[in-house]
Amino acid sequence: MRIKVNKSACTGCRLCLQICTIYHFDEINPRKAALRIEAKFPEPGTFKPVVCTQCGKCAEACPEGAINEKGGIYYVDKEKCTGCWECIKACPFDVMFVHEDVPYPIKCDYCWKCTEVCNTGALVRVD
Amino acid sequence: MHGFAGQTIRINLKTKKINKSRLPEDLAREWLGARGMVAKILYDEVPRDADPLGPKNKLIIAPGVLTGTFVAAGSKCGFGAISPATNGHADSSVGGHLGPELKFAGYDLIVFEDISPEPVFLYIEDDKIELRSAEHLWGKGSIDTESQLKDELGEDFEIATIGPAGENGVVFSCITHDFGRNAGRCGVGAVMGSKRIKAIAVKGTKSLPVHDLKSLTKQTEAIIQRTKSHPNMAPWQKYGTALFVGWSNEQAVFPAKNFQSSYYEDWQTIDGEKLVEECVITDKACFGCWMNCGKYSKAKTKHGDIYIEGPEYETIALIGGSCAMTSIHDVTYANYLCDNLGMDTISGGSVVAFAMECYEKGIITKDDLEGRELRWGNIDDFEYVLRKIAYKEGIGKILAKGTKGAAEELGQNSIKFAMQQKGLESSGYESRWAPSMLLSFMTADIGAHHNRSWSITVDLELGRDKIKEKAPVVIYLQHIRPLYDMLSICRLFWGELDVNPEEYVESLNYVTGWNTTEEELMRISEKVWNLTRAHYIQRNGGPGRNHDIPPARYYEEEIPSGPAKGKRLTLEQINLMLDEYYAGRGWDNKGNPTAEILEDLGLDHVVEDLKKIGQLGEPLPNGIPKVRGYKLKPRAM
Repeated sequence: MRIKVNKSACTGCRLCLQICTIYHFDEINPRKAALRIEAKFPEPGTFKPVVCTQCGKCAEACPEGAINEKGGIYYVDKEKCTGCWECIKACPFDVMFVHEDVPYPIKCDYCWKCTEVCNTGALVRVD
Repeated sequence: MHGFAGQTIRINLKTKKINKSRLPEDLAREWLGARGMVAKILYDEVPRDADPLGPKNKLIIAPGVLTGTFVAAGSKCGFGAISPATNGHADSSVGGHLGPELKFAGYDLIVFEDISPEPVFLYIEDDKIELRSAEHLWGKGSIDTESQLKDELGEDFEIATIGPAGENGVVFSCITHDFGRNAGRCGVGAVMGSKRIKAIAVKGTKSLPVHDLKSLTKQTEAIIQRTKSHPNMAPWQKYGTALFVGWSNEQAVFPAKNFQSSYYEDWQTIDGEKLVEECVITDKACFGCWMNCGKYSKAKTKHGDIYIEGPEYETIALIGGSCAMTSIHDVTYANYLCDNLGMDTISGGSVVAFAMECYEKGIITKDDLEGRELRWGNIDDFEYVLRKIAYKEGIGKILAKGTKGAAEELGQNSIKFAMQQKGLESSGYESRWAPSMLLSFMTADIGAHHNRSWSITVDLELGRDKIKEKAPVVIYLQHIRPLYDMLSICRLFWGELDVNPEEYVESLNYVTGWNTTEEELMRISEKVWNLTRAHYIQRNGGPGRNHDIPPARYYEEEIPSGPAKGKRLTLEQINLMLDEYYAGRGWDNKGNPTAEILEDLGLDHVVEDLKKIGQLGEPLPNGIPKVRGYKLKPRAM
């Protein structure tokens, strides 16, 4: 189970970022999304979506035991989280995020919404 | 208030005073935003005798109500000012990510007043707004400036810049964003340069308030799934607007050699197929758009590789066809040069094409070109002239005034082939065999730009030679298309993928909590149209008809080649179209708005303003038409 990334297909439209925040925060705010797009312009002119692989490094780093695995997906326990951001530092792909409105790290939970709106095949659900 | 971010900023560049205030909801509802808000502010606040490049003009940045929301391509950001090219109201929009970012920072409107004593750029990071020094950026290219500011501030800033042309007051300077997207038309970049604003850099981290996000999401998700399989989706994704080069040529509306012909023999050297095959390195979409018509390209040049978003159809038409280029790499490089020097590719291409024809006819000679030549299709000659224009040197000093201003100075009847209207160069549709398209250009409020009404398919549907009964469709298109500029979203989902106006109304109501209708929105659009028309007449004198007659090439010369060989319009036919158009709008036969139409649209104050200068339309014997405009939308494919 993973999100397969075809980086050359990404167009930087950010629909994935929008839908992510709509489903997780009931808001439109790409800065609260749990994935990111790396854009390198003017040269070489590339987009690269970067998504969580559920590698569990965040859980290993969490001193509070606030990030736990269930069915292959790591979830943040908002009650237990103290906002120390050790997980953010530990994430090898920089896909755990901090936003000043949110007292806990923003993390992907494989809801697949991003793969549903992506029209170019840049993000594909693999079960 | 929902949909809008809620705040406006007024910046006096001379005193450096920055005022923030709430956006009043009644104002937002009445004028919607972007083009609508721009029209009102310019009309109310800029003195009629203000120099477009002087301190009394204002530069407005206005994303619209749907910008940044979860709708199809809610990406646009409007710019507005009195145009140095037309001396009238101007609004020009850019896609990409700037508009949404401004909304996420909390702003719907920025108004710049007066002139900064030294170069500055506007820095916005949510509530933090600063004018920062741009001394180190002044003189640099648009693309180079964006790149440098991203290095200095961070990749996550959205940036709009001007190039040397904007700094130097070239009247067709643009504002560039996202490495090749432009608010291209009417010289808004020159106004920005006159105020000594080099760039705008924005980062926003706030959420956008939406009235009914659940319903909006459900609606847009359904539209996404529906349009994914639309037959137009795949070709648009692959070629973008360049898709239409071959089609346009086949229909005999593609400009060749400064609109001498409507058919370009060498079209296959510069069409969409060639572009994708040789130059495109990635597809690039605006915010929230799943059609990704943007093509990011790499071109081979003798100076090395260059990177730029484009060229789009219009660029290929005006630089490729109109300057008779035969290499897609040359067109792409010319696109890059226009962008980095800070000039609109439509007007820039058209001005160089005009100069090439002047050279062909001996109106411009080697003496004007430091002994050089100016040959059709020659990229070195193109680059030479373009650089001269950007820095207003030599022949560039004259050409920097645009085709109209240059023709007035060069004389020798060159005005006949200065392919513009009201001072704005025509977009890429040669219209001698497309009368409704010509009428669209003739009557467009900002000058000859296709975004107001694109009606080639109307001519195809109703008959290429037919003159009558097309004006009402042009009027309809002049209301519906600019409406998308007021909502500040891309109109291509309507035009190409059959997302209906009713669906946009539904989205708007979900976003705002209003209970508006298509009829109400179309009336706002018609009101704005009448306001910008009245504004133009007040600044440039009347009667309005004087400004609506096209260049003589359209009625004096027959098309010399291609499927439309031998076609032209007569001046009588052109005037007949105007008669029908004015009557259909509730204007008098001189092309001046009447009191009855202005009052009907709630523009009572404009009646007095036109009366004062003796340009209020005479009352129509049978009153104004109850229904103005006829809804017709044939598609190209």
